[in-house]
Amino acid sequence: MSIWIFLIALLVVTLTVAAYSTYGERKVAALLQDRIGPDRAGPLGLLQPLADGVKMFMKEDFVPAGANKRLFVFGPAIAMTTALLTGVVVPWGGTLTIGGLTINLQGADPEIGILYVFAMVSIGVYGIMLGGWASNNKYALLGAVRAASQMVSYELAMGLSIAGLVMLTGTLSLSGIVAYQAANGWGILMQPLGFLIFLVCAFAETNRAPFDMPECETELVGGYHTEFSSMKLGFYLFAEYVNMFITSAVIATLFFGAYHVPGLAALDLPPNAVTLIGLAAMFAKTFFFVFLFWWVRWSTPRFRFDQLMGLGWKVLLPLAVLNILLTGGWYFIKPLIQP
Amino acid sequence: MSGAWEPLTGRSEMVSDKKMTLSERIYLPVFIGGLLITIRHFFRRKRPTIKYPEQQRPRPAIYRGQHVLKRDEQGRERCTACGLCAVACPAEAITMTSAERKPGEEHLYREEKYATVYEIDMLRCIFCGDCEDACPKEAIFLTDRIVEADHLRMPFVFGKDELVEPMDPAGRVDVSKRQTPAVLAFKKDTRHKHNR
Repeated sequence: MSIWIFLIALLVVTLTVAAYSTYGERKVAALLQDRIGPDRAGPLGLLQPLADGVKMFMKEDFVPAGANKRLFVFGPAIAMTTALLTGVVVPWGGTLTIGGLTINLQGADPEIGILYVFAMVSIGVYGIMLGGWASNNKYALLGAVRAASQMVSYELAMGLSIAGLVMLTGTLSLSGIVAYQAANGWGILMQPLGFLIFLVCAFAETNRAPFDMPECETELVGGYHTEFSSMKLGFYLFAEYVNMFITSAVIATLFFGAYHVPGLAALDLPPNAVTLIGLAAMFAKTFFFVFLFWWVRWSTPRFRFDQLMGLGWKVLLPLAVLNILLTGGWYFIKPLIQP
Repeated sequence: MSGAWEPLTGRSEMVSDKKMTLSERIYLPVFIGGLLITIRHFFRRKRPTIKYPEQQRPRPAIYRGQHVLKRDEQGRERCTACGLCAVACPAEAITMTSAERKPGEEHLYREEKYATVYEIDMLRCIFCGDCEDACPKEAIFLTDRIVEADHLRMPFVFGKDELVEPMDPAGRVDVSKRQTPAVLAFKKDTRHKHNR
């Protein structure tokens, strides 16, 4: 029962956050460029996501001739589904007790939490790949091919970048990693290099600038979603924002202690208050990274594709391996200096 | 061309292909520098945006905007439907139909002939002001009012109801900045070919 309440709440929150991310991104972009941004729909333009949604639904839902109709529908569906599924394992907070009902603010806590996240991200590539392939359009196909190669390349470095963290914490479970960080300090303090690699890879995995090659407008029109219109396009764009939100939450979980607030345990507050403060802290950390995604997008030019691949394979991958070696070396040295 | 290269203007700039320094090659320092530049703009309060319908950029009084058909001091239409404005119009935006003034209409029309229909297609008009120059009766002027945007084409053919200024002296459109004595003298000056 309580798990359903949590999952529905999570779905609603994720979708709302994603919807308002579109507004937030436009507003932040405008502010970064000395503009004002959307301010027409509702006070401060706060109804803009609603207006955009209505606009998306009113558009003609076009399927190009020669497109594979089934896959054409499947693409956005997969992109959206996998984006939403990742949020289930993220530990948003501790447990909340309301009138005898105990709600665990983590939908599921599998032993292999991190691997689940990576699995979902990898399936997400299919959404883009199938959409681009099914469009029967050269630009869409090129965009999809780029997306696939980019995500495959960066997933390697990304996976290796957290290997160091996993070696430290000794667990793949996200709640285990959070518990370890609460006891021993945040992950960024112990794995700064791993964090940096993970962050860069996260930008590439979510197809965000400066690595938004798959939809590089100047070269590929709209990339993999060139032929998509109406709410199918809406799903792709939406999935990107959901991905951004969830990825930020994963970064916060892995390297910033998720809902852990330093010094909060010493205050001796009632458990519900601790949980709520932790939840707020988790959201604050997550939104900081969401903001970082926007901030970077409106500050930097796009990489060239060969530069992107070079960075992934020749820089990030060796650095990630180095990070593993350093972490392993620490385990070798530690008994020598503090017996 | 032979000989040493010489710049054509003083504005040319030498570009260099110097090797990038280490911090530039690592990219992160310059990257963070870029982020700092944009975040400074984020907190800047001064923004050049003018929210158009509510706020408007100040326009000079001699701005060439929507036309007005003037009345004289007694509230009579000055236009005599001579058609010179239509002839002068380079965009052929002006059309009119004339009629003879009936007895008893002297308080409405100053001249013996007047325009029953006077239309300006605001989508054709280029707001050059040639109609104003051509008018011998000081009847048509461009004003500092802006023709408002619309979704359809038809509302842009302005008839007499939009163009003629109201009879009420309080609602008159002020064109004194455009119709200065100097302008009047210029229009009357026979040294200029168009006045002969």
